[in-house]
Amino acid sequence: MTAPSATLHRSAAGVVPRGARPKTLTAGRIGLIVFLAVSAAYVLTPLYVMVVTSLKTMEEIRLGAIFALPAAPTVEPWIAAWSTACTGLTCEGIQVGFWNSVAILVPSVVFSVLAGAINGYALAFWRPRGSNLLFAFLLLGAFIPVQVFLYPLVRISALLGVYGTLPNIVAIHVIFGLPITTLLFRNYYAGVPIELFKAARVDGAGFWRIFFQVMLPMSTPIVIVACILQVTGIWNDFILGLVFAGRENLPMTVQLNNVVNTTTGERPYNIHMAATILTAAVPLLVYFVSGRWFVRGIAAGAVKG
Amino acid sequence: MHATLPTSVPLRSTAPVETSVSVRDLKIAYGSLTVLDKLSIDVAKGEFLVLLGPSGCGKSTLLNAIAGLMDITDGEVWISGRNVTWAEPKDRGIGMVFQSYALYPRMTVAENMSFGLRIARLPKAEIAARVDRAAKLLHLTPLLKRRPAELSGGQRQRVAIGRALVRAVDVFLFDEPLSNLDAQLRSELRIEIKKLHQSLGNTMVYVTHDQIEAMTLADRIAVMKGGVVQQLAPPQEIYSRPANRFVAGFLGSPAMTFLSGTLRGRAIDLGGGVTVPLDGYAFASPERLTGAAELGVRPEHVALVAPGAPPPSPGAHRATGTVTMIEPTGADMTLWTDIAGQPLTIRAPADLSVAVGDPVRFSLDLTRASLFDAETGARL
Repeated sequence: MTAPSATLHRSAAGVVPRGARPKTLTAGRIGLIVFLAVSAAYVLTPLYVMVVTSLKTMEEIRLGAIFALPAAPTVEPWIAAWSTACTGLTCEGIQVGFWNSVAILVPSVVFSVLAGAINGYALAFWRPRGSNLLFAFLLLGAFIPVQVFLYPLVRISALLGVYGTLPNIVAIHVIFGLPITTLLFRNYYAGVPIELFKAARVDGAGFWRIFFQVMLPMSTPIVIVACILQVTGIWNDFILGLVFAGRENLPMTVQLNNVVNTTTGERPYNIHMAATILTAAVPLLVYFVSGRWFVRGIAAGAVKG
Repeated sequence: MHATLPTSVPLRSTAPVETSVSVRDLKIAYGSLTVLDKLSIDVAKGEFLVLLGPSGCGKSTLLNAIAGLMDITDGEVWISGRNVTWAEPKDRGIGMVFQSYALYPRMTVAENMSFGLRIARLPKAEIAARVDRAAKLLHLTPLLKRRPAELSGGQRQRVAIGRALVRAVDVFLFDEPLSNLDAQLRSELRIEIKKLHQSLGNTMVYVTHDQIEAMTLADRIAVMKGGVVQQLAPPQEIYSRPANRFVAGFLGSPAMTFLSGTLRGRAIDLGGGVTVPLDGYAFASPERLTGAAELGVRPEHVALVAPGAPPPSPGAHRATGTVTMIEPTGADMTLWTDIAGQPLTIRAPADLSVAVGDPVRFSLDLTRASLFDAETGARL
């Protein structure tokens, strides 16, 4: 570099710009960081209160210092919430709801993801006559509030004689899961070269063989995304479980509500908090473990739609 | 059509033995949009036919229709003497190679190649033997256990060719197989495909938009545009006697120059006082010697003339132009000159010392020129 141009590039402070650009902390950046910190605190404070309360004894809770750390931490409320808390007349804890939710969740997720994958595969590659119209109706269904369907679906279920059974709630979850899983898989398969499908056809593979041996093995990312969405969605469901699961299969969310609303005398806040965290644990765990995949799934649905 | 092979005889009931692929009055339409209409083409057994044309000319559509991967609206497709119009792709006796390789990502090279054979429930020993033979032929033996993701682009396309090979079929269909490869690999694999054709002798139908691939590989080229076959002929004939202005302009690099003018008997008036006699030009019959026309001259058919050179040979015409641009290409250079206000390109030796603005004297070889109707573009 020649001397005049070096002078030209000299900054006011007499420093020659070279290497990495220095980081500057402006007022705007500080404001941004403060805002983010406050937002995080706003969201996290309730969780903090719940966790500390669940670890306190009732004597300590009565003191009213809700932000204080537990003086003598105890897991008794957690055990009580899990195995002895009362839901209405029975006192077997939230565990009944947990296992009910698992029983609802597993088949619902498996069938809704599989059905969505098959739907998406058929829509993306086979394109039957009227498939676009079908897909439009499917998406339209996703936008209508679920309450609208409640009464007709109860009537239909009763007519079929399955109302209030495990197959009933599973079927309902699969049906309501179809639009989103179909959309996910259709968009994923739209990104797969159609030539792959053609090559498989030339090789003599039919509808199911192409699906199971060619397409499904390469769908791991979107299967994970669909599972995350369905697991969290179905686990958090309240109204469908309340209406369709039947007395014997009420999911954890409904049981939690029963635990919290069943009061004789003093409210055992510590048990309620523990039961709530237990109920939220599954989706929370899913989010923590799979945050990366979850974001990818949302992006896939948003950008490629 | 200028077919030299006796294959363009339309037959209704049975196809002759020497015809391998026969497309008859093919029509493909989506609603009101007609992509192909009344298209007929016959490919001889063992012939290498290239479908050449720009994007959207219908060449891939035609290939997909032959493969059975696309629903046709009307017409028939015959392969190896069988009417396969309604047959599934797997039952047509074809192997196909795609532009994007289309390998099954979760299968190894060997599994990719044997997929179709396993579906057809061939004996294990037979499958192994066929995969082995194809792998040897394509130098894939050390790669058989790998996944497609672990292969280079050239290797992937060789696997795709191998997958077509193991099917032991009469007809191979290639859909722009080299378009995703870089220039070096493309020419290597092009030679491999040519060798393969020479050693196997299968019928091959090959879609490309690359004129070099078409010229080097084809026994015959079908130049397509707008769903219509513009010309179906051997490469040399396509190159030297293009049936119309589109074919003339599509093949050749640098491209053919078109000089527009008016026909006055056996001469064309280019305006600006320049008239080129056409005595050496072979007119198509019936001759049309009036009206607006375009004279097509390939850059290599214009020769620079040194001062004091002997008089021109019959059929050649001398003229003078001005150099407007010089493009060196290494082996030679392309001179852009101006003649009667129209650009004309000349292929000149690389060591020629010339500058922009220089006048050059050159000789047009009219025995190798092409003359087109200015309106219809048809060869005159």
